[in-house]
Amino acid sequence: MANTPWRRLVGGGERRWAALGLAVVVALWEVGHRVYGDFVLPSPLSTLAALGRIAASGDLWPAVVTTARDALSGFLGATLVGTLLGGIAGRSMPVRAMLQPIATMLIGVPAIAWVVLSLLWFGGSGLAATFSVSVAAGPVVFAAATQGTRTVDGGLRTMARAFRVPLGAMVADVYLPHVLSYLLPALGTVLAMSWKVAVMAELLSGAGGIGDGLAAARAEVDTAKTMAWVIVVVVLLLVVDRLVIEPVRRHFETWRRGLPGEAA
Amino acid sequence: MSQEGALAATGIGHGFAGARVLDDIELRVPKGEVLAILGPSGTGKTTLLHILGGLLVPDAGHVERPFERPAYVFQDPLLLPWRTARGNVAFGLAGKRLTRGDRLARARSMLVKVGLGHSEAGLYPHQLSGGMKKRVALARALAVEPDLLLLDEAFSALDVGLSREMQQLVRLDAQEREVTVVLVTHDLSEAVRLADQAVVLSGRPGRIVARLAIERPARLRDDAFVEAEIRRIAAIETIRDAFRPTLSI
Ligand SMILES: Nc1ncnc2c1ncn2[C@@H]1O[C@H](COP(=O)(O)OP(=O)(O)OP(=O)(O)O)[C@@H](O)[C@H]1O
Ligand SMILES: [Mg+2]
Repeated sequence: MANTPWRRLVGGGERRWAALGLAVVVALWEVGHRVYGDFVLPSPLSTLAALGRIAASGDLWPAVVTTARDALSGFLGATLVGTLLGGIAGRSMPVRAMLQPIATMLIGVPAIAWVVLSLLWFGGSGLAATFSVSVAAGPVVFAAATQGTRTVDGGLRTMARAFRVPLGAMVADVYLPHVLSYLLPALGTVLAMSWKVAVMAELLSGAGGIGDGLAAARAEVDTAKTMAWVIVVVVLLLVVDRLVIEPVRRHFETWRRGLPGEAA
Repeated sequence: MSQEGALAATGIGHGFAGARVLDDIELRVPKGEVLAILGPSGTGKTTLLHILGGLLVPDAGHVERPFERPAYVFQDPLLLPWRTARGNVAFGLAGKRLTRGDRLARARSMLVKVGLGHSEAGLYPHQLSGGMKKRVALARALAVEPDLLLLDEAFSALDVGLSREMQQLVRLDAQEREVTVVLVTHDLSEAVRLADQAVVLSGRPGRIVARLAIERPARLRDDAFVEAEIRRIAAIETIRDAFRPTLSI
């Protein structure tokens, strides 16, 4: 009886609790709607209807594609450059001493400032969003990669050197698995940040994407449509996190199963 | 004067953060011979082994190391926590021109030789016992078919029977391929079974206080010989002094 299709769909205990949490949010939303009225907080149903209208008008899919392109290209750039520089900084004191203050400085710059600057530099092209996402996310990835690389077990490094293991295997088998335990949580955070910054940049640049849709909804003073776009962003974020980050995490962390202090 | 292919150390001295650990160490191990390093805890045996293997540059002195394929069993097994036993043994072969499949096949058969079967080969280090980890480390070292083998208490976490078996494995392998072996041990019987010569380190900084030669070929050493030899060695004054208890309880 434990494996009825319904059960499989909803999942085990953990997922059921997650569903309950979601249901509470929707219920509160409905209550808020009853209290404050349509203009301030449209009901969940009318938000869904607005979402349907956006989809029917054919605006939804291109916006999703554009935002995904902006967010993911920036995320990818940040991940590649941040990991590479962080890896080097973790191994080399001079590089670390040089780059760390710069990274700290960059983290301190508000994301919206990057958006404004990149609009001035790149104009209304899609590059503005990609660039803003990269510079906002890169330093966070860098910090995680540096910390991960610095804390690789010296004994394991000596062992690898003793067996004259080539550099490629050294990176892939000694460094990467350890660095990933620092990097993957950071990448989860950074991915969420990427969507937010991408939407922000689109909102100001007007070069398409979900941010552009939000700007239009605001101009039309259409709260339901605004909420509908918000839902699109959140769903996109969740889907990508579950589809990309989660499987990667699972793949690289199978070895942790049964480790003291790890849940099975 | 220097024989072909011998491991030779001259005038080795080393210290950590000002504290001298080793002083004036002279050693030579002819190609294909086995040297045992004995001595109380903390006298620098592991440090000396690292210096002989080129993993540590000594403050003073020089090591001649005419070998191409060194292999090590470290005192801590130093296995990659994210690789299975099989993956760890294969990792030692990463520098060889082998396909991934060949590496894994060699790893599997070497694991069988140290008594770890198919089911253990797929386990991660944290799922293995202390003695199993040591045997995985030994398999990793033997799998590279070394010409220089450095063993740091490689047999210490094993029961008597198993440690005899593993010693046998190392001895046969070393004889067959003329491997030069340096082993660190606390166990006199291990030294007597395997070694052609032994040195005893003692004091602070650690110096060589005794040198022993065990003449009979290793394959002809039976239990009676080993026992008699241990008694002979244990009676030597300098060795008794080296191991005299320093703690008064
Ligand atoms: N990396 C290090 N930094 C500082 N001191 C060290 C380091 N490695 C070893 N020592 C010191 O050097 C001395 C000798 O250590 P070593 O590990 O060589 O001893 P050992 O003879 O192998 O002892 P055991 O039999 O207990 O393994 C010790 O006093 C130790 O504290
Ligand atoms: Mg030691």
